[in-house]
Formats: sequence, structure tokens, C-alpha cells
Amino acid sequence: MAIASAAGSTGAPVARPAPTYVEGPIRAFAIAIMFWGIVGFLMGVIIASQLAWPLLNLDLEWTSFGRLRPVHTSAVIFAFGGNALLGTSLYIVQRTSRARLYGGEEMGWFLFWSYQFFIVSAALSYVLGYTQGKEYAEPEWFIDIFLTVVWVIYLVAFVGTLMRREEPHIYVANWFFLAFIITVAMLHIGNNISIPIHWGSGFSYSAPAGVQGAMIQWWYGHNAVGFFLTAGFLGMMYYFIPKQANRPIYSYRLSIVHFWSIIFLYIWAGPHHLHYTALPDWAQTLGMVFSVMLWMPSWGGMINGIMTLSGAWDKLRTDPGLRFSVTAVAFYGMSTFEGPVMSIRAVNSLSHYTDWTVGHVHSGALGWNGLITFGALYWLVPVLWSRARMYSTKLIEWHFWLATIGIVLYITAMWVSGIMQGLMWRAYDELGFLQYSFIETVEAMHPYYAIRVLGGVLYLTGALLMAWNMYKTITVGVAPEALGEAQRAPAPAARPAAAPAE
Amino acid sequence: MPTKIEKDHISGQETTGHEWDGLKELNTPLPKWWLYTFYATILFSLVWVILYPAFPIQGWTGLTGWTARGALPAQLEAERARTEPMLARVREAGLQGTADDPELRAFALAGGRIGFANNCAGCHGAGGQGAPGGFPNLADDDWLFGGTLEDIHHTIAHGVRAGESDQERGIPMPAFLAMGMLTPAEIADTAEFVLSFTGRATDEAAAQRGAEHYEINCSSCHGPAGEGMREQGAPALNNQIWLYGGDRQSIIRSIAYSRAGVMPSWQGRLDPAMVTMITVYVHALGGGE
Repeated sequence: MAIASAAGSTGAPVARPAPTYVEGPIRAFAIAIMFWGIVGFLMGVIIASQLAWPLLNLDLEWTSFGRLRPVHTSAVIFAFGGNALLGTSLYIVQRTSRARLYGGEEMGWFLFWSYQFFIVSAALSYVLGYTQGKEYAEPEWFIDIFLTVVWVIYLVAFVGTLMRREEPHIYVANWFFLAFIITVAMLHIGNNISIPIHWGSGFSYSAPAGVQGAMIQWWYGHNAVGFFLTAGFLGMMYYFIPKQANRPIYSYRLSIVHFWSIIFLYIWAGPHHLHYTALPDWAQTLGMVFSVMLWMPSWGGMINGIMTLSGAWDKLRTDPGLRFSVTAVAFYGMSTFEGPVMSIRAVNSLSHYTDWTVGHVHSGALGWNGLITFGALYWLVPVLWSRARMYSTKLIEWHFWLATIGIVLYITAMWVSGIMQGLMWRAYDELGFLQYSFIETVEAMHPYYAIRVLGGVLYLTGALLMAWNMYKTITVGVAPEALGEAQRAPAPAARPAAAPAE
Repeated sequence: MPTKIEKDHISGQETTGHEWDGLKELNTPLPKWWLYTFYATILFSLVWVILYPAFPIQGWTGLTGWTARGALPAQLEAERARTEPMLARVREAGLQGTADDPELRAFALAGGRIGFANNCAGCHGAGGQGAPGGFPNLADDDWLFGGTLEDIHHTIAHGVRAGESDQERGIPMPAFLAMGMLTPAEIADTAEFVLSFTGRATDEAAAQRGAEHYEINCSSCHGPAGEGMREQGAPALNNQIWLYGGDRQSIIRSIAYSRAGVMPSWQGRLDPAMVTMITVYVHALGGGE
């Protein structure tokens, strides 16, 4: 792994010895990321198969698509993604602040276990039929309240650590993490205001109803993408890419401008999910133009991620972990271009309610969130367990290609399927009648649904290789047959410097 | 850590002089193309906001005057204008006239096909083949309420036991066990007799006993020989077509608790011309009389 170059690895002179960082819970988070990632990908493969072959619903309420779909989305976003964000943010904020985690080891373990408890209760509640029916906000009120408490404590731990920092400035990754934590708290509370249907009931009524409820739901939903899956993961990018590349961040100025423009613009873009609905036109228009203006602020992150490699491009050949991170940024750039395009009202009239949206989400989720997390883990695991590098570099390369081909199959299948679906819905024959019935469009999508399953299986297989690689790294260290590779640098705990590597 | 600006030899840029855990930043200026594209999107947005409704002010629509609600009727009207001349001819020609005129018939089959696919296929199947559980096959010549154009039209227009039209099809069959009209033993006997119509009775004595109950309770609708009766929508019991299953258990279940399939009345839901076209289409599926 590109942890450090052999020479110059001590970096700038350090005035005082670094504090003892809290690492035990971070190791637990790393394992949880892998575990929940596999659960989430597997659920994805299962529900994708159900769409292609409905028999797989098994005619049981607990295994029906309607209940398993939120298990999949929550497992990948909140369990896989959430553990990645909590784990890496707690790691990064300590290192870049030169401060021990506020609340110490106990705080770390509390956050770890309470967050896992949230995930398990949410998943169980879905399978048992408890849901608010709000996409990505399915957990009922009693789970929401629990998460709110955990999240506020997370905020306290993060801000507490920042306030203890010994560095004069706050590192850019921490701006993004802080924005993510605060905004997600606001979104979570805002979209979950509800009243139990009667005293002691697990079910609830949403406080806002009708079009107001829809607007608040998509204010939440879009900013879950914007702040959970974008801002938080940009925080990860800003730490791990310069670490892996051993190069300084490309542009501090760009990081400031794109940070503030993302923060300011994202929050208004939600109404583009409600084009051509009862939502007033003015709100739809604003949602669209704010989405269009988001294009460059999003690409600011991509530029900073990719250009940080200038001077270190050769590392892509030797470090497949870095390849993950950089490909992730490329997918990020692609889906943040696709997003503004799809928000344009005329494009949306074709794309809305079709598989195109599903493909778009997955180019972001599999490509950006998934790959950047894998890249980060391949760097972090050897550091956390004091190994020279991952057990097998070959397996990382296999994982890279399996994941990449899986994503490409998935998103191209959904592009074709989605655009075809949208065109079939609006096709008229020469007599002026609709050319296709709804069921004919469903039949036409079947081959693409099968391709999607294949893409998902490849992605899952890659993750299984990674889990095995991680297990061996933790228990064995570096594979004996890999020790001979000369281009690999040892020194796991070394601190890379900004000075160019030799 | 004190600020210590360094020069990066690869890019030629200076760092900002800060360092965190070994990470530094270059002070590279914003890429020009990035900045100008960002400005361009802002400019685009400003123009768009002036052209289209973008302010929560009553009556304000932007310079184009476009509203989603305003655009919809125009689009609908344009689509309607394409089909309206032919639809008018269908309405005027009526059911038989549409079926007889080759041009109108071709039009009605095309319109009826998509109308059927979007409104009827969910229950009756994509080819009108029906489904187990009370969804009749429309492609055969076994009709509950009649298979002439008029009969089919009436059924589609008024529905079946849906309580939506005074002229709806179907009367309810009594639930002989639930309403206390027959005992379980009598019902089993009756079922045995019903099975005898198709030569499947195994207990001759029971069928004999059942014949009497059938005569009193069933024959007025289903006919003395199980031939069915279209006026009541009572299915024939003397063939192999069973809406709810023809095995002994299913027949006992039907007698004991009754069956009463429903279909909505479509006359208020669809354009009269569409009801006519779907009628012509269903009639042409294979069983039209």
C-alpha cells in the first residue's frame, strides 16, 4: 500500500509527541464496514433477482421486495456508508487535529455499539413491517429518537475533538465531516416529525402531509445524498487520496470555494425529485436551477481529488488501493454531471420514475461511495493493525476489476432499460393510441434486470475477496509469497510528507 | 504548528504553509475553465428564473407564461385532436357499425388492444386468457353473460356486482352453509351430484341424495342439467371450465360460502368510444358470438 515512501517519511519536524489516539473502536468500525457492505450488497443482489424473477419473493411477507428493499438501501447507505463515515471521521479528526477523541475510548465504543444497535433495530423493524413509508427514512419514531440521541453525541465527540486540536487550522476533511454531521441531524429531525397513531403504538402519522410532506421528504432525501453520501465521503477523499498519493492537496482555494458552494447550493435542490407533481411550479424551477448550479461545485471535489495525483500518477500502476480511490472520484464526477442533467425539467419528463434514476443512484453509490470506501480501507486496515500492507495485492487487483466491471454492467443496463422504459411509456402509434401497455414495458426490461443481477453479483464477489483479504491481513499479515515484491515500501506507521516522493 | 510555506517542485505551486498529519495543500488558483463554467451555470439559472415561474407570488409565471398546469391541457388537446375524428366516427357508427366497417374495425382493434392491455389485462391476462380465482377467460366461447357484441358491451359498461350501475351484471349466489340453508353433509352430497355432470362422481348414493338438494337450491340458476344461465350469470357446471376450481373441495367451498367475482363499471371511467373499441377487441379474441 502507498502508506509512505521509504525516505522522507518522518515529515516535518514535530514539536510535541502525538497524543495516543483512540483506535480500538476504529478497528471495530473497519470490520463493521466490511460486514455491512457484504450484507447490503447481498440484499441488493437478492432484490435485483426478485425484480427479474418475481418467484424469489417466496410469497412470504418478510421476504417480499417491499420489505427487503429498505433493508438493502439502509444497509448500504446507513450501515456500510454510515460505519465508513463514523469510523473514518473519528480516525481523521484525531490525526488531523493532533488530539485524542473527545470522550476517549469509551466514547468511541459507545458510538460504535449504539450505531450498530440502530442498524439492527431498523433492519428488523422493516422485515417485521414497521415503516414510515418515507424513502431512506423508513425507521419508525422510536428508532428515530434513538438515532437522534446517538447522532448528537457523535456531534459532541467530533466538535469536542476539534476544539481540543493542537493544529491552528481545521483540515478540509473536517469541514466536510462537520457539515455532514450537522446537516444530517437537521434533516433527520426535520423529516421524522410524527405522532404515534395511539399511545404505545410503533406506527405513526407524519406531521406534514400531502405536498408539504413530499417536499420535506425530498428535501431530506436529496440532502441525504448531498450531505451523507457526498459531503461526508468528500471528507474521506480529502484525507485518504493525499495519503495514498503522498502528494499535497491540489488547491486549497478550490477546496474552500467548492465546499461553501456545495453547502449553500445542495440544500435547495430537493424539489427536482418532484417535477410534474402537485408541488408549485416555482419550487420545481428553483430545484432545477440549484441543481444545475451544483455541477461545478461538485466537480471542484473531483478536480481536487484527481489533480492531487499530479506527480504521482505512476502510483496507479503499483497501488490498486489508490486506483479504487481515483476511480471513485471519476464516478463521482460522472454522476454529479448526470444529476444536473436529469434535474432539467424536460430531461426529467423522460427519466423520472424509470430505471435511469436507479442507474444514476448506483453509479454514485457503487462507483463513488463504494470504491472510495474500499480504497480508504485498503489503506487504513494495514495502518490500524500495524501491518506492512494488505495480505494480498493480487486480490485487491481482482477486487478492482470485479467491482468496476460490475458497476459498468449495472449502470449501462439501467441506462438502456430506463431510457427504453421512458420512451415506451410515451410512444404513440400512427393511429394516436399508446403503443405499449405498462406490462409490455415490464417485459421489455427483463433482460436488463438479469444483467443488473450479474453486475451486482460481480460487485458482491469483489467485496467477498476484500473481506477475505482483510481477514488474512488482520490475522496473518502480509502473504509470504508477496514479501519479495521490491516496489513495496514497508514502514506502516510512517507519516508521509508533502514533499514529493522519490 | 507555525505556518511554513514551501514550494512544490512538481507543480511549481506554493503550499499554504499548513500541515495536518503530514498532509499539506497547494495554493493553486481556481482553474479558469471551472470558474467560468460555474459562472455560466449561474447565468443560465438567472435567465431561467426570469423566464419560468420561480417566485412564490400568486399569478407570477415568468416571462414565458409557462406553467405545468397550463401546458398539460394543450398537450392533451393536441393528442386528442389526432384521434378525435376517428373516435367521433366510432361513436356515431355505434357498436355494430364499428365492427362492420373495415376501416373503423381496424382502428377499434388497435385502440381496443391498448385499452384492454392497460385496463383489463391485469385480471383477464394479456391475451384475455383469464386466471384462476375467478377471472374468466375471454378468448373462448364459454360466456358467463353472453358473447355477442351487445352482451360484451353491456358487461364492460355496467360491470359485475360492483354496485356501480343499476344495470350491472350478476346476482349474488347464496352461501348455503354460512346462511344455514344446507348442512355440511348436504353440501357434500350436492357437490357429489355436481361432479356427476362431468362424470366424476364416485359415490352414487351421495349423488342421488345431492340431486334433490340441487333441484331445490341450484337448478333455478345453474339449470337442471348444470347447463348454466346467462341471464343470471350462473356458470355452466357441465363442462371442464371452472372459475374457482372444479375439484371436490373447491366445489364444496363454493356452495358453502358462495363466490361473487366483481368487475368495475367502465362506462364512467373510459370514453364511450373506448368501451366500444374494447368490446370489438374482446369479441375478436376468439369467442365472439
